Amino acid sequence: MNSDVLVIGGGIAGIEAATNLYLLGYSVTLVEQESELGGHVAQWNKLFPNYKNAHQIIQTLLQQLPGDITILRSTKIIHLSEKDRLFSVNLSNNSTITTKTILIATGYDLFDARLKEEYGYKIYDNVITSAELESLLRQNKPILTKQGKEPSRIGFVHCVGSRDRKINNLYCSKVCCVTAVKQAIEIRQKLPFCEAYCFYMDLRMYGLNFEELYNESQEKYGVTFIRGRLSEASETIDGKLILKVEDTLLGRPLKMTIDMLVLMVGMVPSKGTNFLIKELGLHINNGHFIASNDEHLRANHTNKHGIFVAGSASSPKTIDDTLADARSAAMAIHQFFKNSKL
Amino acid sequence: MKFHWFVVPFSAGLIFLILYLIILYTKWIVKLPKSDKKILSGTVFSSKIFNIVWEIFSEALLHIRIFRKNVLLGYMHSSFAFGWFLLIVTGAIETQLFASKPINHLYEPIFFKFFNTTAPNNSLHKAFAFLMDLWLLYVLSGIFLALSKRFYSRIMGLKKTTQLYWTDQIALISLWLIFPLRLLAESSTTATYQNGSFLTNTAGIYLEQHFNISNMSIYLWWAYSIDLLIFFGLLPFSRYMHIPTEIVLIALRHAGFKTKNEINSFSQIEIHSCSSCGICIDACQLQSVTNRNNMVPTYLFQKERYGKVLKPDLYNCLFCGRCEEACPVNISIINIKLARRKERLLKSKQNYQYLSKIQPTSTTTEILYFAGCMSHLTPSITRSMIKIFEHLNISYYFLDKDDTICCGRPLMLAGKIQDAQKLIEKNTDLIKASKAKIMITSCPICYKIFNEEYNLPVKVMHHSQWLSESLTDCNKLKLNQSAKTAVYHDPCDLGRGSNIYDEPRNVLKQLLNVIDKKAIQKEKSLCCGGSLADFYLNENDRVKIARNAYVQLINDEDYLITSCPLCKKTFQKVADKPVLDIAEIIVYNLS
Amino acid sequence: MSKSFGFLKKNDRTIDYDKNDRALFYYLMRVEPSAALCIACGACTATCSSGNFSSLDLHKIMLSIRRGEKVYIAKEITQCVLCGKCQLVCPKNVNTRGIIFQIMSFLQSSQL
Repeated sequence: MNSDVLVIGGGIAGIEAATNLYLLGYSVTLVEQESELGGHVAQWNKLFPNYKNAHQIIQTLLQQLPGDITILRSTKIIHLSEKDRLFSVNLSNNSTITTKTILIATGYDLFDARLKEEYGYKIYDNVITSAELESLLRQNKPILTKQGKEPSRIGFVHCVGSRDRKINNLYCSKVCCVTAVKQAIEIRQKLPFCEAYCFYMDLRMYGLNFEELYNESQEKYGVTFIRGRLSEASETIDGKLILKVEDTLLGRPLKMTIDMLVLMVGMVPSKGTNFLIKELGLHINNGHFIASNDEHLRANHTNKHGIFVAGSASSPKTIDDTLADARSAAMAIHQFFKNSKL
Repeated sequence: MKFHWFVVPFSAGLIFLILYLIILYTKWIVKLPKSDKKILSGTVFSSKIFNIVWEIFSEALLHIRIFRKNVLLGYMHSSFAFGWFLLIVTGAIETQLFASKPINHLYEPIFFKFFNTTAPNNSLHKAFAFLMDLWLLYVLSGIFLALSKRFYSRIMGLKKTTQLYWTDQIALISLWLIFPLRLLAESSTTATYQNGSFLTNTAGIYLEQHFNISNMSIYLWWAYSIDLLIFFGLLPFSRYMHIPTEIVLIALRHAGFKTKNEINSFSQIEIHSCSSCGICIDACQLQSVTNRNNMVPTYLFQKERYGKVLKPDLYNCLFCGRCEEACPVNISIINIKLARRKERLLKSKQNYQYLSKIQPTSTTTEILYFAGCMSHLTPSITRSMIKIFEHLNISYYFLDKDDTICCGRPLMLAGKIQDAQKLIEKNTDLIKASKAKIMITSCPICYKIFNEEYNLPVKVMHHSQWLSESLTDCNKLKLNQSAKTAVYHDPCDLGRGSNIYDEPRNVLKQLLNVIDKKAIQKEKSLCCGGSLADFYLNENDRVKIARNAYVQLINDEDYLITSCPLCKKTFQKVADKPVLDIAEIIVYNLS
Repeated sequence: MSKSFGFLKKNDRTIDYDKNDRALFYYLMRVEPSAALCIACGACTATCSSGNFSSLDLHKIMLSIRRGEKVYIAKEITQCVLCGKCQLVCPKNVNTRGIIFQIMSFLQSSQL
């Protein structure tokens, strides 16, 4: 099998890039390890900052995806090799693809919250991750504690696995702050008698309408923001959690009993991304993601000729950033072909 | 009378050295802490004296501990010490037996061949001459090894060797020259009189043929004598001070002297007993992983002798105890550093008045559980212990469930011993009020200080000990055996610090396959890098040390198991396999 | 002294940057530069063994170092037991325990 571009990863970055590359006239193969396209976004419910349905975005992207693109689902990359500027890629279905360029869109994994043991994820009953809460919301399941009760207080811990030198993740994952605000609002909508508290170090409401969402969460939904990083949680006999934080703005210690703790887990390079970094000898950046050749001018180029990167395989990105980055990657590959023909 | 002016330098040097040592040692012994001095007089007339003599022989002369580390290195050290000793003793006897006059001058054995030019004519005399040559060859072979060690230390099992201070360097050169000069001087005489044996006679004949060495004879004897003067003159001011001082150290140590919380003259004796052999360099992980030298004992004691000890030399140290374990002289390195730390913060006083607000609770349970500060950041450990208590239907009281009062060891490690005492008193009150019989702690740091500095009416156990007891004695815990493999990491304060090696292993053996890594376990266990003793080490270097230790511990085993919350947290940062506490693995395997 | 020559000092709560002595800050920047990394998230204070019982608040001390509020630091630091929990929770890898030690030795040698 031959193609101009092999896109690895069928999340939103891969889909968007494949579509655009096809429109630019290239033959494209898209490989996805899961049985369905859509990646992480397919797992989300409503998106910040405007409650747009994640499902809709995937639908639209898939509708735009041209039928002529070869899509290999449930397929993994086994081995890659290069000869005379051509890559041959062995796949788990025992076939081999020969391609001129590779676009890596293998994205991120969620941070494993067990690594912050002091928060008690998988140790205490009622500590969940933001992804688990999102999945409850998506399936419209009732939000209950392990003990089967409706929570009357939920706490959100920001920066779990991000901006944390202890676990060597120095970067900001960009989406967690605003996701916490969004999820706190959703909790307040779904459980009007449940209080929602956000424990943050810095609130990063940088995007369009993020600040508005933050304002709304306080003004309309009464979400309380406490500036203080949680250092440890302990559990009571009835499964509640006792949080001790410093209310740094008041400069006084604060103690709070809550029913459920949501850890806003950040992004780390996905297993697939790490595999390709090793297999292809790609450079990595400070966050251990794939390093761009030049952050400003050649953001989608890697250190290897003919290998490109799109989406959150190179750094944490929002959905908007990812889609824009995917289109930018398509153009980078287009330029690459034009230049190499000259 | 047998005399020549060249004996003057040697005699002057020797007399100076003896006088200097007598004055210094008298001063030190007089200054020994009064409370300990009683034991000294008791020792002289006890059977301990045999132990002392034996240890002086085996350690100060033969260097058996160094032999155990590396045979070549041991040979090198013993050739200097034991070889020279044999030369002196045999020489003295030879002089007594064969010198023409009964008066045996101080210098005569040293320059025997110069003054006694008759060739050995009976078999006994020949035998002595042979022995003298043999011992000289023995020492010379040691010098050859010492030279090669300077160029390529790895043949003697040392990755790195001590960089010497200039006084040490001159003393070293003068020491190395003594024996070649002796060989040359003796050969120059034997070239004429044939009064040597296999070595000196042969060398004499050879050197006479090629260099007419007998013409230079008197100059060589002068050189030999002057070199001895240089060495004796420098000895008290160089690392070679360890030669006489180690003998004093061994005697005093057997008498029961120790360095505890302060530097006294016994500590000075310990410091001066360091031979700068450099064995501690390789033992130090700060040295091997982060390339620091200043805290390595061989360099620290160098500074104690010559220069200024700086704050980082004392406070940039893990107190893991690996150097002390490796030290062939058994110097109590950590206590000396601790005592020096204490001196640094004498004026800084803490204020713990708030402790008086805390009221003791009286309980009726037999078991107290004291998790310790760190365990509150590893809820997996505390939860596992609680699960085990519940599983066994044991009623317990969680002493520091909400708020821990620190055990005091972190303060002690900073040298703030008096401040630590305040915490010790408070905790003692709280523990006493409980009326419990056993107190279990999950933290080796707490365990060590509870055992060493507290005077408690309860039996203090680390949880690995208690778990081991519950497993064997009462057969209370029923566990499933799993096929997984694991490596056990000995925490510094539990292993080297408190001598608990077997209990955790007894527990683990019943649960899974424990893989031994002998070179880095038990007494030789590595430090995870998380140590509370180090006040300078930044997080990056701590991670480096942890990673370096982790890759040595784990190859393809399933778990790294330890029994310290701090080790667990430190290793977790670098581990790709689960790092579990011994209590956790029990909960996994509860049937 | 709040009163002098009939003047009332306007506000005792003011951090007087013009008068404050920032020698401790410069000393720390030399011996333990990680002191500058603190973002005052408060994790150290929340976990603090002494802070549970006393007014010890490390994140305030860290800020006060930069502001030159030496009297406050000197008073508060005496309550620390050096247990090191703060160091284990600091997201910025500030060598908190090392800093406290350096403050102690700085203060004992400087005339306050």
